[in-house]
Amino acid sequence: MDFLIINEGFPILSTLVFLPLVGALILLFLPSENLQRMCAMLITVVTALFSIQLFTGFDTTTAKYQFGEHVSWIPSLNINYTLGIDGISLLLVLLTTFIMPLCVLGSWTYIKKRVKEFMICLLIMETAMLGVFMALDFALFYILWEAMLIPMYLLIAIWGGPRKTYASIKFFLYTLAGSVMLLVAIIALYLANDGTFSIPIMMGQDYPFSFQIWVFLAFFLAFAIKVPMFPFHTWLPAAHVEAPTAGSVVLASVLLKMGTYGFLRFCLPITPLATISLGPYILWLSIAAILYGGFTALAQSDMKKLIAYSSVGHMGFVTLGIFFLNKQGLEGAILQMINHGITTGALFLCVGMLYERTHSREIADHSGIAQNVPIFVTFLTIFSLSSLAFPATNSFVGEFLVLASAFSVNKIIAGAAIPGAILAAAYMFRLLQHVLFRGPGRPDLQDLNVREIVTLAPLLFFVFWIGLAPEPFLNVMHASVDNLLGQVELAKAGAQMAMMPLP
Amino acid sequence: MLFIPELVLLIGSLVLFGVSLGEGKEKMAHNVALGLSVAASLLCLATLGQKGSLFFDAYRIDLFSQLFKLAMALGMTVVIIFGGQLKGITTKMRPEYYLFMVLSTLGLMMLVSSVELLTLFVALELSSFALYLMVPMRDDHGGLRIQMEAAIKYILFGVVATGTMLYGMSYLYGLTGTTYMSDLVPKMHELAGNPTAMLAIALFMSGFFYKLAVFPFHFWVPDVYQGASNVTTAFIASIPKLAATALLIRITTLVAPDAGESVVMLLMVCAVCSMFYGNLSALVQTDIKRMLGFSGIAHAGFVLLGLLTLDTAGFATSMYYISGYLFMNLACFLVICKVSQNGENVSIDDLSGLYKRAPLLALTLLIGMLALAGIPPFVGFMGKFMLLTGALKAGHLPLVILAALNTAIAIYYYLSVVRVAFTKAPEDRPDVSVDVLTRVVSVALIVIIIFMGVVPKPILALATSAVKSIL
Repeated sequence: MDFLIINEGFPILSTLVFLPLVGALILLFLPSENLQRMCAMLITVVTALFSIQLFTGFDTTTAKYQFGEHVSWIPSLNINYTLGIDGISLLLVLLTTFIMPLCVLGSWTYIKKRVKEFMICLLIMETAMLGVFMALDFALFYILWEAMLIPMYLLIAIWGGPRKTYASIKFFLYTLAGSVMLLVAIIALYLANDGTFSIPIMMGQDYPFSFQIWVFLAFFLAFAIKVPMFPFHTWLPAAHVEAPTAGSVVLASVLLKMGTYGFLRFCLPITPLATISLGPYILWLSIAAILYGGFTALAQSDMKKLIAYSSVGHMGFVTLGIFFLNKQGLEGAILQMINHGITTGALFLCVGMLYERTHSREIADHSGIAQNVPIFVTFLTIFSLSSLAFPATNSFVGEFLVLASAFSVNKIIAGAAIPGAILAAAYMFRLLQHVLFRGPGRPDLQDLNVREIVTLAPLLFFVFWIGLAPEPFLNVMHASVDNLLGQVELAKAGAQMAMMPLP
Repeated sequence: MLFIPELVLLIGSLVLFGVSLGEGKEKMAHNVALGLSVAASLLCLATLGQKGSLFFDAYRIDLFSQLFKLAMALGMTVVIIFGGQLKGITTKMRPEYYLFMVLSTLGLMMLVSSVELLTLFVALELSSFALYLMVPMRDDHGGLRIQMEAAIKYILFGVVATGTMLYGMSYLYGLTGTTYMSDLVPKMHELAGNPTAMLAIALFMSGFFYKLAVFPFHFWVPDVYQGASNVTTAFIASIPKLAATALLIRITTLVAPDAGESVVMLLMVCAVCSMFYGNLSALVQTDIKRMLGFSGIAHAGFVLLGLLTLDTAGFATSMYYISGYLFMNLACFLVICKVSQNGENVSIDDLSGLYKRAPLLALTLLIGMLALAGIPPFVGFMGKFMLLTGALKAGHLPLVILAALNTAIAIYYYLSVVRVAFTKAPEDRPDVSVDVLTRVVSVALIVIIIFMGVVPKPILALATSAVKSIL
C-alpha cells in the first residue's frame, strides 16, 4: 500500500461519493417540486463546497494517491473499495462537483415534468462520476463506469427531445458494447497480477509485449468510444442534441473526460510499450478528429449539433496532447480536459436558455438577437471566444501547451492540427455573426434573469482565472505527470528490444 | 425435524386436495398455498444449519440442500403473491392448480436432497408430472389451444430427456454397482477418462439440461413459455432451474476436480451454443415471454461457465448466479403478470408507456431487465463478472471472449424492452393497478437485486461453505 496515503481522519472521498446518493434517497420522500429542487441544489452545493478542501489540502510534492481509503469489499476475489486521488484526477473531481450545482440550477424551469426523478438521476450520476475518478480498484472502477449508463440513459430517454429513443439507445449500446472487452482485459490483468484488482499495482509491471497490445486495444475501444474519437463519435451528436440541457452539460463536461482519463490512468502506465508502439496511429486519429469535427461543425445549422461536433475536435486536441508522451503535452491535455468541461458546459447551458425561450435551436431563428438580450450575448461571446482558444481565456493555455509539445516532437502532425484551430475560429465566429448581427432580432425575448446569470457567472470566472493565471491548476499535476512519464520511460528503457514500431 | 419443510408441504398438499374437492374455494386455496409457502420458507430458514441423513442415507440434509430449498420456497411465495387471482387459469381449476404447484415444489425440494439415484428419479418425476399438468390448465382465450400444444411439447421433450437420463443412470450402475452418490464419487474418479463413464455422465446430465434449458435440450422453451399461462411460465422459468443447477453441481462433483476433460469440453460446447442460440433468437422476439425464454437459454449457458471450472469457487459462483437469476427473472415476470389484463400474453409493445401507467412496475422492469443484461450494480453483473473471472482463471480465454461478446448482444434486446416501457407513448392502454402486497414484493425484489450485487460477500461465503459440504 505504499502508493496510497491513507486518510486517517474524516473520510472525505467517501463522503463526496455518497452524499449525492443520500440526497437522492432523501428526495424520494419530499412532496413538492420546489422542495425537491431546493434539496438537490443544497446537496450539490454542499458537495461542491466540501470538495474545496481537496484542493487546499492537496500535497503537490508527491505523486502518491492522497486522501486514500481502503476497505475490503469482496475478499474471495480480492476486490477492495479503494479510493484515492492524484494530480490527474483532482481537477476532474473538482470539475464534477462544481458543474453539478450549475446543472441543477440550469434545469430549474427547463424540467417541468417528473422533477423528482430527474433530480434523483442527476444525483446518482454525480455519485457514479465521482466514484469513477476516485476508484483505485479496477473492479470498482468498472462497476461505477457501467452503472453510470443507467441514469444517463434515463435522462435522455425520458426528458429528451423528439428523437430521444434513438439517441438514448444508441448512446447506451455504443458505450456498453465498447466496454465489454474492457472487462475481459481487466480480468486478464487481474490474473496476470496474481489476483489483484488494484490499479496502482498493475502499473509499471513487466507484461509481455503482445499481452500489452491486446490489453491496450481492449482499453482503447472502450475509452475511444467514450471520448469519442473519430470514427467512434457518431453517438455523440445524437445524444447531445436530444438530451435535456443538464444531460448535455454532464455529458460534455464530465462523461467525455472519462475516456481521456482512462487513457491517462490505464493505457499509459499499464501498457506503456503498446502505447509507444500504437501512439503514432492514435495521433493521426486525433488529427482526423480535429479536422473532421471542425469541418462538420462548420456545416451545422443546429446550435447544439455545432457544439457537439466542436467537442469532437476539442477532444482531438486532448488525445493529441496525451499521446505525444511529454510533460507539456500531458499537462496541456489535462488542462484542456478541464477547459473543455467549463467552456462546452457553459455553451450548452447558453443554448438551453435560448431553447427555453424560443423552443428552437436553429441558428437562423436567433439571428440578430444581440440588441434584445445583451447580457446573454455577452456571455455567449465570451464562451465562444474561449471555445476557439482566444488568448486570455482558459482554452488558449491548454491548446498552446498541446501545440507547443506537438511542435517539439513532430512538426508534420503539429502542422496538420493547425487548421483545426482555424476551423474552430471559423465555426464559432459564424455562430456569433449570425446570432449577433445578422437579421432583425426578436424583440419578444426576455434577457437573462438572476438565476441564469448566477448559473453562468462561475463558469465565466473560471474561464478567466485559468486563462490568466493557470499556475495553481498546473501546479497540482506536475508531480503526477512526472511520475506517469517516468513509468513510460522506464518501460521504454527496459524493453528496447520491443521498441520496433509495428508495420 | 430435518424433513419438516417437505413434510409441511406434503400435508399442505393433502389439505389443498381436500379444498379442491369443493366448489368455489379459489380464495381459500390461494390463502392455503400462500400460507404453506411462507411456512416452508420459514422452516427452511430454521433448518438452514442442520445436517443429517434420512431414509437409509438416500436423502441428505446439508447446507447445500437447505439453501436451495430456501430459495425455492421464497420463489414460490413470490410467484403466489404476484400471481394473485391466477388470471390465466380456468376458475374451476384454480384450487387444483395450487395443489400441483405445491406438489411440484415439494418434488424439487426433495430432488436437491436426494443422494441416491432412484430417490432422485422419483423426486424428479414428482415435480415434472405436476408441472406437465399445470401447463394445459390455462383458459382458452384465443381458441387456438396453444396451451395444449405447449403441454404436449413439454411432456414429450421431458420424457425423452428423462429417458436419456435413465439410460445414463443405468450405465453408472453398471460401471460401479451402486446407486449412492457417496459411493459413486470415488469409483467414478477411478474411472476417469473411461469413455463409457464420460458417456454415462453426459447422459445423466441431459435430464437436468432439459430442466435448465441448456442447448440442445432447449427446444421446448419458447413454445411452452408462450403457451403456458403467465404465472405458470414464471414458475417454470425460475424454480425448476434452481434444482437443475443443484443437481448439475452434484453430478459435476463426480468428475471434479481433475477427472473430466471431456466433461469440461461438453459443458463448454453446450455453454457457447446456449449463449449464442439464446441471445441471437431473443433479438427478434415480439412476445416478451418468448424473449425471456430465449434469454433463459443464454443464462443457462452462463451457469455452465461456473460448472466447467470444476472447483469450489466455480460451483459457488454458479449457485450465486442462479439464485440471482431467480430474483431478476421473478422481477420481470411480476411485471408481465400485472400488465396482462386477463391473463393473456403480453407483447413487448404492450409495455408502451409503462412508466406513466405504473411507475413502480416500470422501475421493477428496468432493474430486472438491466440486471439480466448484466449491468452493475445489480446481481447479474456481479454474477457474470465472477463467472468470467473464474473461467479465465481456469484458462478458458476463448470461452470468456465469446461470453463477453454475448453480453454485448444481449444488451440490445433487454434495452429494447426498457426503451418501450420508458419512451413510447402509452396510447390508449389503461393504467395498471397493483395491489399492496405485490408492491411490497416488487420493492423487496429490487432491494434484493441491488443488495446481492453490491454486497455479494455473505451470499458467496454461504454458497462456498454449502458447496464444501457436498464435496
